[in-house]
Amino acid sequence: MESYQAYEHDVLIIGAGGAGLRAAISVMEAGLSCGVVSKSLLGKAHTVMAEGGAAAALGNMEGEADNWQVHFKDTMLGGQFLNNPRTVEIFAKEAIERVLELEEYGAVFDRTPAGLIAQRPFGGHTYRRLNHVGDRTGLELIRTLQDKAVSLRPTFYMETTVTRLLKDGERIVGAFGYNRQNGEFILFKAKAVIVATGGWGRMYKFTSNSWESTGDGASMAFEAGAELMDMEMVQFHPTGMLWPPGVRGILVTEGVRGEGGILRNSKGERFMFNPDYMPPHYKGNFAESEGEAHAWLFDKEKNRRPPELLPRDVVSRAIYKEVLAARQSEHGGVYLDVSHRGADYIKSKLPSMYEQFHALGDIDITKQPMEVYPTIHYTMGGIRTEPETAESSLPGLYAAGESAAGLHGANRLGGNSLTDIMVFGKRAGDAAAAYARTASHGTMDESQIADEQSVLLDPFTNSGGENPYTISQELQEAMQKGAFIAKTEEGLKECLAIIMSLQERAKQMRVPGDRCYNPGWQTARDLRFTLKVSEVIVRSALERKESRGAQWRLDYPEKSEEWGKKNLITVKSGGEVKITTRPVPQMPAELKALVDS
Amino acid sequence: MKEKIRLRLFRGVDANGYEKDYEVETFPGMVVLDAVHQIQAKQDSTVACRWNCKAAKCGSCSAEINGKPRLMCKSRVEDYYDDNGLITVHPLKTFPLIKDLVTDVSWNYKKAEQIPPLTISADAPRPFRMQQMDVERIQEFRKCIECFLCQDVCHVLRDHNRKDGFFGPRHMVRIAALEMHPLDEEPNRRAQLRKEAGVGFCNITKCCTEVCPEHIHITDNAIIPLKERVADDYFDPVRGLIRLIAGPKKKSRPAPIPKPETNVGV
Repeated sequence: MESYQAYEHDVLIIGAGGAGLRAAISVMEAGLSCGVVSKSLLGKAHTVMAEGGAAAALGNMEGEADNWQVHFKDTMLGGQFLNNPRTVEIFAKEAIERVLELEEYGAVFDRTPAGLIAQRPFGGHTYRRLNHVGDRTGLELIRTLQDKAVSLRPTFYMETTVTRLLKDGERIVGAFGYNRQNGEFILFKAKAVIVATGGWGRMYKFTSNSWESTGDGASMAFEAGAELMDMEMVQFHPTGMLWPPGVRGILVTEGVRGEGGILRNSKGERFMFNPDYMPPHYKGNFAESEGEAHAWLFDKEKNRRPPELLPRDVVSRAIYKEVLAARQSEHGGVYLDVSHRGADYIKSKLPSMYEQFHALGDIDITKQPMEVYPTIHYTMGGIRTEPETAESSLPGLYAAGESAAGLHGANRLGGNSLTDIMVFGKRAGDAAAAYARTASHGTMDESQIADEQSVLLDPFTNSGGENPYTISQELQEAMQKGAFIAKTEEGLKECLAIIMSLQERAKQMRVPGDRCYNPGWQTARDLRFTLKVSEVIVRSALERKESRGAQWRLDYPEKSEEWGKKNLITVKSGGEVKITTRPVPQMPAELKALVDS
Repeated sequence: MKEKIRLRLFRGVDANGYEKDYEVETFPGMVVLDAVHQIQAKQDSTVACRWNCKAAKCGSCSAEINGKPRLMCKSRVEDYYDDNGLITVHPLKTFPLIKDLVTDVSWNYKKAEQIPPLTISADAPRPFRMQQMDVERIQEFRKCIECFLCQDVCHVLRDHNRKDGFFGPRHMVRIAALEMHPLDEEPNRRAQLRKEAGVGFCNITKCCTEVCPEHIHITDNAIIPLKERVADDYFDPVRGLIRLIAGPKKKSRPAPIPKPETNVGV
């Protein structure tokens, strides 16, 4: 066996995005030893890409009309009732405290004339609820949490990739991985481990996700025996950049529509007004004429929101259908136009969108429409966790943020992720710290380490000669074709067959070079995670025979009452992916009353 | 746009490093980072570079393109290739090399640890009330994506290697955001600026401002006002005399904004 560095902490946090950093703050405040592993440099995690804002019912705009109860209802409706209601209740209540706490840590939100935090409208939210800083809220959030966490001095392991969770019986007692800069192996011993590794969009060709989003956390938890949930629920953000090809998939914030952005097809029609696109349960809550939608810009109390602000799954499907009906824009998407708000307003409220289109797309959004098309953005599914503690189905293992499941159900509302990571980052940190206080370090047999080392080192000696980039590209093509917005049994089965053959070929990967900062080597290990998670996504999508939220099956186009009562659970059984169901937790009467109101 | 271009990349892990040319096929909108990715996928998967968001929001892919500190994800190839279709990409010069285009920027993180966090008095009324016009100037500083291009170009750090005496423009911006925060009460910021952070080292050549991909006016809006505050505290003879008599100055906090009748905003 090769040598490795060994480190010991009370709590090990894998991931240094918003959820991981917030968890670290809790663990440090509990006075315990905390290690934080960051796959990239500190402050570069995917949180930085969030633009529009953090949803919490502070009620700074509409006064007492908005409160956690309305936020609860909106989130349940948006998630099409696959959400765990207790998780949503905790979230809607605590989101408020977490946003105010962020301000104590140093975040500087945009202000109302009264000097309070300004809130903007967003898809699926009844009231203006997104606490924001222009269109760079994610940067504000991660930098604030980073600075706060750094001031408490946990141990950061930057540019370090964890590739396996280590067990003592059923309990998670550590993790193994390597330092990217020098290729050294690292063993972490910990009394509790928090997975905060974010989502997985890299198996799709057009994605807003960075190279890191390869599903490490979900895949490692699955391999260790933890339950995954709702894995078929992959969010397609309606507005990704489309042209030129170099920028395809990059996110265009929902804030553009929040600030009055209009969607049009090639005929110039404002197609979101098409009544066919209006889901029955949202009918009556949205403007029914362009005049009303325009008046809403200036008086949000007397007018209803424009239908561009329907939830993401709805808008994505509408764009998809417009393109299918040959009403597409020049490069095969639709137009998003905010130029009517005027240059000064756009530059102050959407500065990074202005810059992004100006620098990368040769478009001046203060004068011209943008071309957009849905892009893979977020994963609602993940590691199944307990609402109160963020604990997974394995003792000693916790999960928070995008890598966890339960809050968003079948579709996440924009703005809910930034408060999700703070609410459940804190809860995971608190619970893991409480657990670590009474637990002792486990013992792990060395065979787990030896086994992971051989997996990691295999691509240097394998005689197969498969290129990880080629396999990755073929996977992306297959997922984009078979597991995109509109799915069918036939397409999913074809896609699954390709994934399974790619998993076989991945055993023959070969990379040149050594262990020092070697992207080919990194890609080879990451790809194994992505291939496994892709298999789980497609198998889950095949299993759920209905259309709900992000899951749109052309062969089962309706919502099914039966399926609406079940979450899909994935576990490893006999080395295979096994999918079962679990009843969606019942809503207690007082919460049900909120939804029915 | 040329159909094919050549990328001349720095390769290596130490002083024995060398330049190597790679031919790359272009596509509309291609940025330098795309070209490096194409080399990794099709020609040599050992080429090391950092990147994350590919949308100029994370500040990971800093490099020197044709000798200029730039984000690779924001640099269109047609803006950089010469008549022969050649673009040269090197790692940041100011920081120790790890491999190829990747440098060891950990010094920046160590300096960040030395800056005291925002300190708000427990007595400050909650929820905080601050006017947009009062926070706007620090919001400019908080746009920083920590790409460290300003640190790379700063001649105090780059040419004179005074990392022992000057925190660099990135951290001047960070300290300015804290010093100018309406609620901050940390008493030692100016002392730190004068001494260990070394604000006096900057001689206002504005190179940092020129390379900032977020267009932060680092010199004019952050460093010069900080220099003035330090000068006020330490080098103004009249104030010195007043302090001698009246004792050290406490950091003043603006009076809270009176609570209006309603919370309703715009």
